[in-house]
Amino acid sequence: MSEKQILSTDDIRRAITRIAHEVAERNEGVRNVVLVGVRRRGVPLAHRIAAALADFEGERVPVGTLDITLYRDDLGLRGPAPIVRSTNLPGDINGRVVVLVDDVLYTGRTVRAALDALADFGRPARIQLAVLIDRGHRELPIRADFVGKNVPTASDERIETRLSEVDFGEDGVFIVRDINT
Amino acid sequence: MSTTLASSPNSTVATQPQANYRRHVLDLDDFSRDEIGEILETTASMKEVLNRPIKQVPALRGKTVVNMFFEDSTRTRISFELAARALSANVVTMSARGSSVEKGESLLDTMRTLQALGADIIVMRHRESGAPYLVAQHFLGSVLNAGDGRHAHPTQALLDLFTIQERLGRIEGLKVVIVGDIVHSRVARSNLWGLTTMGAHVTLCAPTTLLGPAAFWTATWPKVTITTDLDECVRDADVIMTLRLQKERQESGLLPSLREYSRFFGVNAARVACAAPHCLVMHPGPMNEGVEITPDVATSAQSVIETQVTNGVAVRMALLYRLAEH
Repeated sequence: MSEKQILSTDDIRRAITRIAHEVAERNEGVRNVVLVGVRRRGVPLAHRIAAALADFEGERVPVGTLDITLYRDDLGLRGPAPIVRSTNLPGDINGRVVVLVDDVLYTGRTVRAALDALADFGRPARIQLAVLIDRGHRELPIRADFVGKNVPTASDERIETRLSEVDFGEDGVFIVRDINT
Repeated sequence: MSTTLASSPNSTVATQPQANYRRHVLDLDDFSRDEIGEILETTASMKEVLNRPIKQVPALRGKTVVNMFFEDSTRTRISFELAARALSANVVTMSARGSSVEKGESLLDTMRTLQALGADIIVMRHRESGAPYLVAQHFLGSVLNAGDGRHAHPTQALLDLFTIQERLGRIEGLKVVIVGDIVHSRVARSNLWGLTTMGAHVTLCAPTTLLGPAAFWTATWPKVTITTDLDECVRDADVIMTLRLQKERQESGLLPSLREYSRFFGVNAARVACAAPHCLVMHPGPMNEGVEITPDVATSAQSVIETQVTNGVAVRMALLYRLAEH
């Protein structure tokens, strides 16, 4: 296995701050914004963006959690059914601007599932997408509104995001290639 | 060098708990603590789905679930139907009455017909213990036991476990009294597996005619306590689970009278007052109010009988989802 770091702790912090500024700029403030983190690593990222927004906008943006397991299109294709974790949206999303947050945008299938899930909770005025890494290789017509870093990758590589809230140790984003594959 | 298996990284990986496919749910005897824990966690998520404005997710779209009920049932059958629909499966319910079973079709022929019609999951209730095992041996899809004879009722036991955990925050170490017609009860048997696997202390309480030999129970569940004294065993109980008393038991001579049964084995307010203050009162339904439970206890704040019914749908969703990975 070989591994190359593409974002350091500081890089991640700067990317989050920039994304938070862009969210506020695009939506002329954040009064109508709801951040929704896609499990698993989208959740801590959404909280970090909210913390940054609280810092410079002085507004507390509600943060929710979305588990998209029940909306996947690959049940049975990838081994045993994964455990379904909880979904918890902060109140009514009707008429709000929902910013979906995830760590890596790849095929777009997770985002497709997240859009379906959100539609079951209501009709937001707008849904935007914020990701820390866009690695390309889309299989669906989906794009991100806010991107931390665009990283060209090969499809036999993996992107590994480590965040101190859910992983051991320091923050970092790595490109990993399994040698034996 | 290659003999130092204990320190090789590969052997460490091999002993890691790994998610396994589950093909059938027939009883809880082959469920580990981890697997029950995963199912309870998934159940909580399914319960959240049932509280949404749109109570349906697409997880089982395109799958066909057939409810094959050879024994009358209202709550279990409807609960399974709602669970399968909430997961967007196609659901068909077949009852023995009015079907070709009445024309003498065998169980396996019925199963093969349903298989040919495209059933992916068969949910099955049958009055004969073991019938779902026979079907599971031949069916190419998954079988989910919805109650067989006096043998097993795994979804009832899991919804009981979920309700206990939801209300009391844990299962391990709790004192659970199961009182009533134990010897004929599939609910008691599946709960014995589930509760003991999760680390609860189980007491069985019944008149000797409805209990059977103590050794029968302790041979399989060595730690279970067996008694005929309900007043004694409800003390400090965290959960009192009462079972339905079928009135035929009196006709067949196992009980002198329902009134006497109620006096010694009925769950009433005085007995609940001796239990722990947070004690839950449970019943798998349908109840004979005034026989195994008094109406005031059945509707008291400590009764979770309606919650059990509500949680049943979420538990069945969690199991159908787990089986649908095939």
